[in-house]
Amino acid sequence: MRAFTELYDAIDSTTATSEKLTAMADYFESASPNDAAIAAYFLSGQRVLRTVPTKLLYGLTLEITGLPGWLVDASYAQVGDFSETIALLLPDPGKGSDASLTEIYERSIVPLATSDDAARRAIILDAWREMDARQRYVYQKLIRGGLRVGVQKKMVVRAIAMAHDLEPAIVAARMSGRMDPTPEWYESVTSEDAGEDIARPLPFYLAHQLDDKPEDTLGNRGEWLAEWKYDGIRAQLIVPHDPHHNPPMLWSRGEEDVGEQFPEILAAARALPGGTVLDGEVLGWEGDRPAPFAFLQTRLNRKAKTAGQLPMFDERRIVLRAFDVLRFEGKDVRGVTLRERRNILAYLELPAPTIAATKPVEETTWEGLASLRETSRERRVEGLMLKHMGGVYGIGRTKPGDGTGWWKWKIGPMTLDAVLVMAQHGSGRRAGLYTDYTFALWHDGELVNFAKAYSGLTNEEIERVDNWIRRNTVRRAGPVREVKPELVFELGFEGVQVSTRHKSGLAVRFPRILKWREDKTADEADELASLRRLAQQ
Amino acid sequence: MPHPSTTPPLVSAAPGGLAIDVGGREPLAMIDPWRPAPLAIITHAHADHAYRGSERYLCSKPGKGVLQTRMGKDAAIESHAYGQPFRVEGEAGAVEVTFFPAGHVLGSAQVRLRVLESKQPADDRTWVVTGDCNFSAREANPNPTCARFQPVACDVLLIESTFGLPIYRWPDPREEFEKLNNWWRMNAANGRTSIVMAYGLGKAQRVLAGLDPSIGPIGVHGAIETLIPNYEAEGVELPEVVHTTQKARKGLRGVAMVIAPPGILGSPWLRSFGSTRTSMASGFMLVRGRRRWRSFDHGCVISDHADWPGLLGIVEASGAKSVGVTHGSSEPLARYLAQTRGLETFVVPTRYRGEAEEETASNDAGEGD
Repeated sequence: MRAFTELYDAIDSTTATSEKLTAMADYFESASPNDAAIAAYFLSGQRVLRTVPTKLLYGLTLEITGLPGWLVDASYAQVGDFSETIALLLPDPGKGSDASLTEIYERSIVPLATSDDAARRAIILDAWREMDARQRYVYQKLIRGGLRVGVQKKMVVRAIAMAHDLEPAIVAARMSGRMDPTPEWYESVTSEDAGEDIARPLPFYLAHQLDDKPEDTLGNRGEWLAEWKYDGIRAQLIVPHDPHHNPPMLWSRGEEDVGEQFPEILAAARALPGGTVLDGEVLGWEGDRPAPFAFLQTRLNRKAKTAGQLPMFDERRIVLRAFDVLRFEGKDVRGVTLRERRNILAYLELPAPTIAATKPVEETTWEGLASLRETSRERRVEGLMLKHMGGVYGIGRTKPGDGTGWWKWKIGPMTLDAVLVMAQHGSGRRAGLYTDYTFALWHDGELVNFAKAYSGLTNEEIERVDNWIRRNTVRRAGPVREVKPELVFELGFEGVQVSTRHKSGLAVRFPRILKWREDKTADEADELASLRRLAQQ
Repeated sequence: MPHPSTTPPLVSAAPGGLAIDVGGREPLAMIDPWRPAPLAIITHAHADHAYRGSERYLCSKPGKGVLQTRMGKDAAIESHAYGQPFRVEGEAGAVEVTFFPAGHVLGSAQVRLRVLESKQPADDRTWVVTGDCNFSAREANPNPTCARFQPVACDVLLIESTFGLPIYRWPDPREEFEKLNNWWRMNAANGRTSIVMAYGLGKAQRVLAGLDPSIGPIGVHGAIETLIPNYEAEGVELPEVVHTTQKARKGLRGVAMVIAPPGILGSPWLRSFGSTRTSMASGFMLVRGRRRWRSFDHGCVISDHADWPGLLGIVEASGAKSVGVTHGSSEPLARYLAQTRGLETFVVPTRYRGEAEEETASNDAGEGD
């Protein structure tokens, strides 16, 4: 318990992910497999089976401290965390417990699930007696159902991988199933790589930007597959050989296991044959086109076990639009042509509607495609993807020398000229510099805030703008500076939607600064009405 | 304020501060006024207790230097030794005033008051106004940079309650300094500059006194450095410091401990130290949420205010039957004392902010420095 409490404090006392990882890796390296398993279990966000109700702990606290209830309430109001309030109020602790995390878990945590209130009181009092204030705090967190110390499962994965010199993808694959706070489970996660893991993602093949006309550079239209370029999350769906033993996994391009956020895709994937790997885009879908990106956003970085717990809207669903297959019946098929891989995709009978193959855009001439591309915005896509039918599935951004490959043929971003009205400090490298800007557009002679954008400026411009902001602040509210509405910037963004949450009534997607328009004055900036017109497209 | 007789209380909360009143048209004097007054009795020189503009100031002997630095060299300040009664007269009467050490910062004083003469029937009770105070029953002296708190017997006690909740029980300061020094050592080993935020008067010097100079150089922000001569003049021993001029910062980068006022967080001044780790020295650091909301990497639980057992100890040692509680958790402490000690208690509204000020003090000090 001592080492685990120190780990908790170490994680809690830093904001740097690298330091959290190091602290966890140090712990996993030196802890017994059983302690490590319990630590991994709780740090990953798992909870005890039955949490101890606050009422019981509250009663015990009053009893032991002899304080009136109103004073405990006043204390809680100042602390804002009940576990911590108790730890700060309980009478003088001793030197702390030297028992291992496993001992505490077996003696003072597990039995709570099956005991009546009287027995639970006795267990908790015994635990408190031997612990110091910090240990009591961590103990309270554990029995009340969650450490919440700013660590996600993927960080635990990386820390275990660091501690045992394993590949993070392998640890992630092994940890993707059921977690048990047992030494057997921990050993199964950290055993040496036996090459059994097909669950790690293969490198994604990336497309290049097409700036010229396709007829000038790509040649014969007939050799190319055209698909709509979706604006979702690029993902690889992996169905291991034995899906009953190793559940399917969904990986984002950042080698992040995103399966927990999209359980319906994992559920549908169980209908696929073992040994399949698909490449595609996770999207919100609505009718015959993608749902606005905001729908997908409601799912990002949220963990959910079943689709029933997820925010769902009428007729909108999460889908995987598969455009490629990388493994088939366990065999790597990246080396065969796209034509053949698309045949395999057709043969696979994907479990529609949740998982389905993308439909090729049939338009037979480049000119026809170009005019069809102009309808991208109303189709809620970013443009077209062009892929050579005779090409293999490459690695990363490698450009094949044979004229094949993948090209993204995007429509230009929407742009507007907006006025800088507020600024805030950036973070990381830009901490202390004003680099987070709020922009406004004109509406009835007044400026209405409509977008925030982080700097897309050069370092030299950043410093000049920062300097200007410091000299032209009209009001300060906490970290935010309101500035004289003078500077104009050209902003680009990917889409506009009606929003009830924004003052402007509109929400823009992926706004960024394209250019500092030093040639323009504030009254030359655009009107909110122009933005509204874009939203109606 | 409750008082058995019909005579007005000797000390009461007035619009401009705590008024000492013996029945004249104007108060005889004000304690820590936040508006200019003809005569201001100052418990200590913190910005929420000592304002510029009063005609005359009275303070303790060891507090004169810092008060003069803060009030300006033209301010008329008269000082009196701890424990030496002196007389303050007005048209309506005279009061005996005595300063006693409050243990808060250099020169901080509790003010004991008794009526000597008055034309009208007067409050005949002995009053003590603690100002900000720090008292620990366990420690011989928790704060080596100022005189130890001295309990003073009285009938009515006006006490502060910055940390007037039972969650506040200070750890041993020696252990906290050991942790701070270890943190510094670890940061230096990783090539990071350690920054500890501490209020410029009192806390900064106390932290300075607790640092181990063998670990590396110690830098101080200009706002703190200006007060160090006042401490030296009072015989307080502090380790050698480097002023953080642009040139000196180079030598401090990656190895030093730098003491800076809290307003410095996120400023370009801070960035000039390269890779940094920040700590905050405050009693509020005992509470995780207070540590986390400004993303401090470390919290040093060092307070110049009494914790809960300390406050109860002060009340008990005073023998006061009537206790007024001011700034902080005044209502809970007053209610608790009434309920469990059977004392007559009341809440005294003031503008003092106690240590809260140290945490939120957001000035632009150093910006552009």
